[in-house]
Amino acid sequence: MTWLNRDVISSLDFNREDLMQLFNEAQEMENYAKSKLNILDGKIMATAFFEPSTRTRLSFEAAMLRLGGRVLGFGSVEASSVAKGESLGDTIRMLDSYSDVIVIRHSLEGAAKYAADIATVPVINAGDGTQNHPTQAMLDAYTIWREYGRIDDLTIGILGDLRYARVVTSLIQLLSNFKVKLRLISPEILKPRRELLDFMNMRGMSYSLHLNLNEVLSELDVLYVVRIQRERFPDPVEYERVKGSFKVSPESLIGVKDTLIVLHPLPRVDEVDHRLDSTRYAKYFKQSALGVPLRMALLKLILKGD
Amino acid sequence: MSSKVQERDLIVSKIRDGIVIDHIPAGRALIVLRVLKLRGGEGRIALVMNADSRRLGRKDIVKIEGKELSEGELNLLSLIAPTATINIIRDYSVVKKFQVKLPETVKGVVKCRNPKCITNQPREDVVPTFKVLHLDQPILQCQYCGTYLTIDDINAQLAGER
Ligand SMILES: [Zn+2]
Repeated sequence: MTWLNRDVISSLDFNREDLMQLFNEAQEMENYAKSKLNILDGKIMATAFFEPSTRTRLSFEAAMLRLGGRVLGFGSVEASSVAKGESLGDTIRMLDSYSDVIVIRHSLEGAAKYAADIATVPVINAGDGTQNHPTQAMLDAYTIWREYGRIDDLTIGILGDLRYARVVTSLIQLLSNFKVKLRLISPEILKPRRELLDFMNMRGMSYSLHLNLNEVLSELDVLYVVRIQRERFPDPVEYERVKGSFKVSPESLIGVKDTLIVLHPLPRVDEVDHRLDSTRYAKYFKQSALGVPLRMALLKLILKGD
Repeated sequence: MSSKVQERDLIVSKIRDGIVIDHIPAGRALIVLRVLKLRGGEGRIALVMNADSRRLGRKDIVKIEGKELSEGELNLLSLIAPTATINIIRDYSVVKKFQVKLPETVKGVVKCRNPKCITNQPREDVVPTFKVLHLDQPILQCQYCGTYLTIDDINAQLAGER
């Protein structure tokens, strides 16, 4: 399927061929991530961030500006006043008439799909609800591909909140296009939902569930860490008991493969120890920096075509 | 006249043009009307409940006169009355007969059970849309938030709705 004018709502909308095209384009864009191309001159990207996310918003804006386009939009503070007066549908209709592409972030599930139902211009989901953050998943997979030159045949551990962290569902859906082994490590109450387990089964994915990182540490090629929020635990005592097991430090990585890479969608709180930053495993800052060329590639493919 | 014969009269008394929905599991006739969005203003409707059935033991029957329903609308009955058979009647005779089968998508009949789903926001104009998955039993998956709706959820929702 051609990329031109395509919505980016869910990882499920993209197959392996689409992703390889995106990754090759992103690698090309790495050459321009600190300079300027004028291929989107005259185009306007609207950002509608109903929920704060400085990192994602700025990387979209940087990508658009590097491509020679312009940016308008609002963040969560203005959004709260927008939301008071107007339905999401009406806000999207307004942005649709002002721009060539809409980037939306929203706390409600399905908000981006709904925006895409309404808008005539392409809509990019920059995170909605608790299950979709497809461009982050594309960035994560792209980072793995850049580090290893492939995604197939890797063993990928995902550690933390596998139930509510929106990037987890998107990443697993995206990885279903590749031949990977997944090791999913979480506290009991933050295990993946039945919907996600069924998805992995239906796609014939290779995965296993674990309560303890040590069970799988030595076989991992990639360790992807997501934050566990205290609020997810009905019992604070239980949170205190398990939280240490889901933090990664130089000490907790004893016995890993030399080639292991540690990724994190950022921002982090304390689930990845700062002392890890200077080790060869830490690739999360590189991952974050690749967000600009990846999103440049995305915007170019959607607004200019293949 | 025996009661058996009376019952037969009740069941087969003919309609001229319309739809007879037969082999509905006993007790589901009212839910059938809800799924088909029949509120009583549509013309003549006959309900037969707890009729004898060789196949089901007891069954319900719904007859709807003078109203057209598409095969897609009728197939929604497979969710709550999988055994139902549809008879399309024209000029007193059956012109088409089929068993309901699961549709691929379900639009606008039931609501998503996730309160954070965009389809449950009263201010937004969005029709709940589900894909039918064939797991060990059929299940609906919300196309906006991915949440499952089981057949039990559907029955509870439709039975509770006024
Ligand atoms: Zn939903």
